[in-house]
Amino acid sequence: MQDFLIINTLGYPILSLLIFLPLAGVIPLLILKNDEAAKYSTLAVTTLIALISLTLYFKFDKTTALYQFGEHHAWIPMWDINYTLGIDGISLLLILLTTLLMPLCVLCSWNYIKTRVRPFLACLLIMQTSMLGVFMALDFVLFYILWEAMLIPMYLLIAVWGGPRKIYASIKFFLYTLAGSVLLLVAIIALYLHNDPHTFSIPQMMGQDYSSVFQIYVFLAFFLAFAIKVPMFPFHTWLPAAHVEAPTAGSVVLASVLLKMGTYGFLRFCLPITPEASLTMMPYVLWLSVAGIIYGGFTALAQSDMKKLIAYSSVGHMGFVTLGIFVFNVQGIEGALLQMINHGVTTGALFIMVGMIYERTHSRELAMAAGVGKFMPIYVIFLGFFSLSSLAFPGTNSFIGEFLVLVGAFAKTKIVAACAIPGAVLAAAYMLRMLQKVVWGGTNNPDQSYLTDLNVREIITLAPLLLFVLWIGLNPAPFMDVMHTSVNHLIQQVGIADAGPQGIFEVAKLAIPQ
Amino acid sequence: MKMALFFPELFLLLSCLVVFLLTLGKMSSSTVRSITAALSIIAFLICAGSLRLEGDLFFKAYRVDLFSQLFKFAITGGVALLLLFSRELKGIEENIRAEYYLFLLLSALGLVMLVSSVELLSIFVALELSSYALYLLVPMRDDHSGLREQMEAGIKYILFGVVATGVMLFGMSYLFGLTGTTYLSELIPAMNQVIGSPAAIVGIALVMGGFFFKLGLFPFHFWLPDVYQGASNETTAFIASVPKLGAVALLIRIATLAAPSAATLVNLLMILAVCSMFYGNLIALVQKDIKRMLAFSGIAHAGFVILGIITLKDTGFASAIYYITGYMLMNLACFLVICNVSVKGENLAISDLTGLYKRAPLLAFTLAVGMFALAGIPPFVGFMGKFMLLAGALKEGYLALVILAAINTAIAIYYYLSVVRVSYCTDPEERPAVTVAPLTQVISIVLVLIIIIMGVMPAPVVDIATAAVKGIM
Repeated sequence: MQDFLIINTLGYPILSLLIFLPLAGVIPLLILKNDEAAKYSTLAVTTLIALISLTLYFKFDKTTALYQFGEHHAWIPMWDINYTLGIDGISLLLILLTTLLMPLCVLCSWNYIKTRVRPFLACLLIMQTSMLGVFMALDFVLFYILWEAMLIPMYLLIAVWGGPRKIYASIKFFLYTLAGSVLLLVAIIALYLHNDPHTFSIPQMMGQDYSSVFQIYVFLAFFLAFAIKVPMFPFHTWLPAAHVEAPTAGSVVLASVLLKMGTYGFLRFCLPITPEASLTMMPYVLWLSVAGIIYGGFTALAQSDMKKLIAYSSVGHMGFVTLGIFVFNVQGIEGALLQMINHGVTTGALFIMVGMIYERTHSRELAMAAGVGKFMPIYVIFLGFFSLSSLAFPGTNSFIGEFLVLVGAFAKTKIVAACAIPGAVLAAAYMLRMLQKVVWGGTNNPDQSYLTDLNVREIITLAPLLLFVLWIGLNPAPFMDVMHTSVNHLIQQVGIADAGPQGIFEVAKLAIPQ
Repeated sequence: MKMALFFPELFLLLSCLVVFLLTLGKMSSSTVRSITAALSIIAFLICAGSLRLEGDLFFKAYRVDLFSQLFKFAITGGVALLLLFSRELKGIEENIRAEYYLFLLLSALGLVMLVSSVELLSIFVALELSSYALYLLVPMRDDHSGLREQMEAGIKYILFGVVATGVMLFGMSYLFGLTGTTYLSELIPAMNQVIGSPAAIVGIALVMGGFFFKLGLFPFHFWLPDVYQGASNETTAFIASVPKLGAVALLIRIATLAAPSAATLVNLLMILAVCSMFYGNLIALVQKDIKRMLAFSGIAHAGFVILGIITLKDTGFASAIYYITGYMLMNLACFLVICNVSVKGENLAISDLTGLYKRAPLLAFTLAVGMFALAGIPPFVGFMGKFMLLAGALKEGYLALVILAAINTAIAIYYYLSVVRVSYCTDPEERPAVTVAPLTQVISIVLVLIIIIMGVMPAPVVDIATAAVKGIM
């Protein structure tokens, strides 16, 4: 049929199944009258989805850059809009990350959410539908619908179950994201009309011979939408507000999945559809990334609110991701892709951990959490690992990702890479400061003796994430393998195959057993 | 055979007579309502049955085709929904409620006749039939505020309406003067000869003015906020939704006079659309009364519909039909909530919706769906309509207009969102719970479902609208 899509041969439409199962999971919530039962039902549904999604990994064909497990149905024939789904090496890991995190989100909200439990769970499930759909959609209208529809449950998650300044934070989140994406819609329609025959199919829009000026306009519209979502400096101001006010599960979804959609957008749309404009704008994006890395690091260093600290650290980490994407070589993009997963795992875990402290002390102030190490040993062991991962300590996942990004950046332009290095130092500074404070504190710690250590549910919530921190850190090959073909294909699409001096490539090979 | 073509109108006329007889007796208003609602449902079913009829009546002044029947279907459907959920007319005094239903049906009859009229004078007569009934509905509200604001609204409505009608008649005289005919079917080829002349452009623009008034497009919008505020909630629900269908139907018919191209007219409409969107959205941002807010949002949406009209193509017209039908449904969903939350039929401030999620969860949900749909967020019908209008306009090369319209959707989200925020994120405090009748619950679920299904599966509606539009071009 279409030359970019390998139609699904599993015998059942696995991608549609993954998209619609969460929606089906909402139905029991409408019927059940008991909150406990609703939690178990949602946990069961999300776990089932996570298990089904594993099939994608095992059946994934690593040797092709085509979109796999494809589904294609006509939807609105009049406008050539189709229901086209498919995944490649770029979206596969993001989908698995999403399905992994959702059961953990349910678990970490078990006692945190006390009011309107069933609507909360319904919002989470609807979020999952649209998040998975965004990563699978190969039709631009389908993509845009899911991209926008996500705003409603996310808005409600912050606005209904959020903290004291939830109104301000939720409206800011909604307005920022929506304002960013209205021009995206115009760009999508413009692309549709520019193609002959008119098409909304994303792969068919790639590699077309658009004029330079047109590419710049489309790129700018894309960039605004995605840079707000990432968020890149200076579009980041909605993020700390939203993170601080959101409930734990909301923060996890926001940090681990929603932010990735911005960078996924760069990889899926900006680079292949407007390669020339991407090259033209590359220096600006690189410098914005560096600004984000440094700015995020310094602001994180100054925070006394733990959630805010992690939120600003996200700005820095996502700066590394955009840096890696826009150096346009294999190391940079693979590093960025891996760093997206790493950030999802590590920052998600850190937000869950802050939520656990908040449930006990009803405060996110660093000063109030000082010295809990004495009473919560298991907690601080987890915190230690995740903090080290966040500052990219060797042996943890983020080290691999950040290292690859920096290798790629050095291959491209030494000066930008050198400017990003202080970001890594800053990360160590603010994470170790937090870790030191939480584990030991000082001489005048508040009385923490009433604290109880993690229970089994909480350990189960964190354990899978710790597993991935160490797994990716020690043996990244299974994760890197699936992306090689797609990333190489992407780089061909951008049109600069020479990925820098061979020597640096060798360094990367030494560090990453391939 | 001819009789069958006219059957929906005949039935509505008969219904009006039945209700008129009822007004003479001493029947309780709830019985009258039940009878009227039943009649409107039957009228809706008749319209559904006569969807595929085709033919001419009254010396070809009256045309029955898919286009007209589609609109009749939507209009009677809207009226039936409205009558079903406005169970008790809270804002109207008991002794004139029967008359209220009479005028409501008369107005619906006028609209149903309007969409079939293809001759300038019959258009005029049908439009006035629907308008005069509405002029009477507005001041029928009880004097709850003691300021007689319903009278003020009624006077404003009729004065602006008469001026708009005057403008329209003046334009019609131009068209007649240029071509010597009042039949649209003869006007279309005749206008093609003279479309370049200023008189033709002025004529068409002035005729459109009459319908801009109905639609509430800038600069014919002045009546909207005051009438919305002054009329009872149920009356506003009607004025805000159903007559706009008729207005769009006729705008499309008039626009076919200018097709395939009329740069001056298009430029004029474009300016009006942009003014309308910015004016409506910016002023809606600061409204405290929810009906006034919806009035300004209606002005903005009127500007949006024009995006479909200016393409002068069948796809654009079809998108406009889809959009305005969706708009009627979204508005009905919002007004269903307003009518039910209002205790004695008084106006609601946005803050009166505080804690609605606890007081009436289903209503809060319906309101949220209505507001997000009006804001154009997927997967609701508002998004699909917006998308198709933007795509159609961009196809014709109106890039600047499309960008301005897109920016407007970003402005608009704030005030729609603030309604959702108030109803979902605040505690009810002392405010009483809202009791919702089972029938109203059913209607609100139906409305929510239609809004979602039309948004996710727009193809059938768009296809039939396209077929309808092709038939008249």
